[in-house]
Amino acid sequence: MISARCLSKRYGPKRVLQGLDLEVPRGGFVVVTGANGSGKTTLLRLVAGLAAPTGGSVEVGTDRGRIGYLAHEPLVYRELSALENLDLYGRLYRIAERRERIGMLLERFGLWTARRDPVASFSRGMQQRLALCRALLHAPDLLLLDEPFNALDEDGAALLDGELDGLRGRTFLVATHDPARLAPLSTAQLALA
Amino acid sequence: MTYLRDAAALARKDLLLELRGRETVPAMVLFVLAVFVAFRFALPEDQERAAAGLLWVAIVLTALLGLVRAFVPEQDQRTLDALVLAPCDRSAIWLGKSFSVLAFLLVAEAAAVPLFGLFFERPSAATVGAILLADVGLAAIGTLMAAMAVGGRAREVLLPLLFLPLAIPVVIGGVGATVAADPARYLGFLALYDAIFAILAWATFEYVVTE
Repeated sequence: MISARCLSKRYGPKRVLQGLDLEVPRGGFVVVTGANGSGKTTLLRLVAGLAAPTGGSVEVGTDRGRIGYLAHEPLVYRELSALENLDLYGRLYRIAERRERIGMLLERFGLWTARRDPVASFSRGMQQRLALCRALLHAPDLLLLDEPFNALDEDGAALLDGELDGLRGRTFLVATHDPARLAPLSTAQLALA
Repeated sequence: MTYLRDAAALARKDLLLELRGRETVPAMVLFVLAVFVAFRFALPEDQERAAAGLLWVAIVLTALLGLVRAFVPEQDQRTLDALVLAPCDRSAIWLGKSFSVLAFLLVAEAAAVPLFGLFFERPSAATVGAILLADVGLAAIGTLMAAMAVGGRAREVLLPLLFLPLAIPVVIGGVGATVAADPARYLGFLALYDAIFAILAWATFEYVVTE
């Protein structure tokens, strides 16, 4: 599903990734670890096609519309409600039975009662839950998750554990500082220096 | 049709954001009104030709004010990443944003043009037509320039440097349509400007929003 050869990325004089080779088979669950600044987020952005490599190549065996991307930021509009945000993305992803899918996700992630509130009024944990709803909205084949447990409380983290378990068979590339939490699901680990 | 539906969904989002935040349109309206009031006292009497120039400079600068804020939500909340990943044609992002910039500009002008008529002279039908044509071109190329500038650290400086040179033909065409005895060829010039820059912006936007 993901094939990277000699992948490099520089930002000006700063080298973030250098000569990385990576193979993630369809259905693989690869956990990416490394210290701050080791290039975990950059790797996810390169795979998502949001950044261009300065060297090497990366190939992804699915359309960009089949990628679910969870970033550090929730990638939602703070002045809009959870419902309005997901409705916008649902339209852009042309999801059949959009309202039912959005309602089901909001219910599952515990945001149904706050669905009409502006995202600006959400706690960081609620924003992370909404970001997960956004990333999962179109039932993607490839999930690129950057610190998915970030800001989640114990209930939220347990909920996400269950979600990830239920998505077995999809392909995952997950950057995390807590690889032990994902050990039961992971098929390989990549440590960036 | 799907392409237009995507653009409409994105434009609707911008209109909703403006309705909630009211950060762009009030600033545009107040700016253009303040310019006309200032020039009402600065210009000597019977300076209709100078006032025509003022009208067009005010329109371009008001558009610039709106464009500076056009991609602020996408930049502040990094949502451009999510929009770029969506399976829609990326130029739909440009089209949706151009629609909303155009709408904001029309609202500002709906307040400003009557005031211009009150202070200076009543705009002719050709002038109103020229304003509408100019708005389309300014929104089309301005949105592309705003997307180019938004990634930079000096957005407020970079955007005028990119946008104003490209807006000079609009001022030439607009002033021509306002003061010439036969405005048809200036209106044609503005329509040509719209077509050329809309196609250019539509075709290049994808390369602007991807690194």
